[in-house]
Amino acid sequence: MIDWGAIFSNAAVELISPTTAAYALAALGLAVHFGYTGLLNFGQAGFMALGAYGYAISTLTFGFPVWASVLVGIGASVIFALILGIPTLRLRADYLAIVTIAAAEIVRLLFTTNTFEPVTGSANGLSGYKGGFAALNPIPDGTYGFGPFEYNAYDWWLRIVAWTIVILACLFTWQIMRSPWGRVIKGIREDEDAVRALGKNVYFYKMQSLILGGVFGTIAGMIFVLPRAVVPSNYQTSLTFFIYAILLLGGAATILGPVIGSMVFWVLLSFFSGFIARAVEAGWIPFMTSIQAGQLRFILVGVAIMLIVIYRPQGIFGNKKELAFVK
Amino acid sequence: MSSNSVPTSKPVKTVDMHIGEAVPGCKKKDPILVVDGVSRTFGGLKAVDVEHLEVPRGAITALIGPNGAGKTTLFNLLTGFDKPDTGSWTFEGTPIGGMAAFKVARMGQVRTFQLTKALGLLTVMDNMLLGAKAQVGENLFRAVLPFLWRQQEADNKAKALDLLTRFKLDTKKDDYAASLSGGQRKLLEMARALMSDPTLVMLDEPMAGVNPALTQSLLDHILNLKSQGMSVLFVEHDMHMVRHIADWVIVMAEGKVVAEGDPHEVMRNQAVIDAYLGQHHDEDLGEDPDAEKEHVGAIKELLDDEL
Repeated sequence: MIDWGAIFSNAAVELISPTTAAYALAALGLAVHFGYTGLLNFGQAGFMALGAYGYAISTLTFGFPVWASVLVGIGASVIFALILGIPTLRLRADYLAIVTIAAAEIVRLLFTTNTFEPVTGSANGLSGYKGGFAALNPIPDGTYGFGPFEYNAYDWWLRIVAWTIVILACLFTWQIMRSPWGRVIKGIREDEDAVRALGKNVYFYKMQSLILGGVFGTIAGMIFVLPRAVVPSNYQTSLTFFIYAILLLGGAATILGPVIGSMVFWVLLSFFSGFIARAVEAGWIPFMTSIQAGQLRFILVGVAIMLIVIYRPQGIFGNKKELAFVK
Repeated sequence: MSSNSVPTSKPVKTVDMHIGEAVPGCKKKDPILVVDGVSRTFGGLKAVDVEHLEVPRGAITALIGPNGAGKTTLFNLLTGFDKPDTGSWTFEGTPIGGMAAFKVARMGQVRTFQLTKALGLLTVMDNMLLGAKAQVGENLFRAVLPFLWRQQEADNKAKALDLLTRFKLDTKKDDYAASLSGGQRKLLEMARALMSDPTLVMLDEPMAGVNPALTQSLLDHILNLKSQGMSVLFVEHDMHMVRHIADWVIVMAEGKVVAEGDPHEVMRNQAVIDAYLGQHHDEDLGEDPDAEKEHVGAIKELLDDEL
């Protein structure tokens, strides 16, 4: 018999998990890029990898304190954004897409290669960098919470910090998007030549947007690795596509869309994988092994993205008039 | 300043702007834009090859010529949307050859586009506000602090509303620009350009695709630009419009300026007739007969209007 209680409580846990927060923040960065500015960044995984490795390597190899490690990660992503943006932002949007997808793979392969094994840990990745962050925890030891949301002090500290960052990033993005700066950015999305003809330095604005969204992705990468280890295979292109799925699910040019989208995505993903795994065990799906069942959820993600794009292109929060990403 | 659909009286033409004969490249008494030796080739085709050209200040200048004459390419070069192979030009005495488009616009030379570029998914008001110059809140860091730009934003809004009222778009201010008709988008684009208080307004085919009901109002708006002290340079195919409002006409063909002059005189010029009909119009080169008929018609209309 299927243990529905476990399936639902595992799914509920995802609602406020640090991973959900990390994906929400990375998706907010993509919202700045794609939803507001119209930049097709397919390398958000690269920005996240830079955050994760920037933080971990600074801490492990150089012994930096937490704040310095964070700054190293952010600095790395700003440089990465400049390298991507300088040659491509003058060109059509498609070029940025090609360059970002390739650059993110280059970043991942550089972290995977054996040559830098002493620093990057190669394919095994890095761990043991959480001490500094844990030491900042003001919550006394113990277990807190109720029902499925029962965690120890470190887990609560991580969740509080992660969601605080997400909320602050949302407020910041909301404020700048309703300012004249946001108006220029949205104008660029509509027609950059028109904005250029009105005396705005379009290239500079696109660069600012690329850096800002990239920094969000980088901080997301740091949040992402605090509950786990840094493993290079986590930063494959599929990560970027999951974040796009979240963004489109929530609404590309919205603030709350990425956050709610991330929650819905993770809760559903956990629900599906829990349900399918147990259904296979219980013999409900006789033609499938449990290994195949593990992959099925990603097929469902793909189907879900297609359904969103076709039937609700504006996402959950999007205004259909304002943004249909298929123009 | 009102612009109703009743045809206004014959516009006051500015005359006596040039020095010497009205020949291609002739000097103007008070030029706002001076072009020297500008050329642009696309592969083997010399799209623009202008030796010398002066655009008079405080007047409405029309840039005409048959299809493929290089009018829009020259426009793109002058506004920084394309880079010339050779050449230089000055705007109000400042050399701006090869300058980036946004800098040209900041200097007070703004343009509109042949295919309207209304920012469809922004509201009409946001379109207008985007036109305002030197906005404090357009800096990312100051954008976070609304108290720094709230007052300027309110001033810009008042100015935008005033312009929208003049262009009869004030009732549409909260609608998406995408919901406007083609003619209304042209009006919006012109109004948006005026938000920056330009000195030279460059209009690329302002009448293309405009409902005849709006034509008169658009014409009046262009004439208003002049009465407010702006200079206008526009590309147009509609000969009636050119004759009606232009003070000076520049004719291009095959990338070169072939004639210049008063709109009444210039159409009698042999070079212009050649340009429109083809220098070999008595030989059968397999040209499109319809296009030729159209051009003959255009010239006949103009000559008829004279009488």
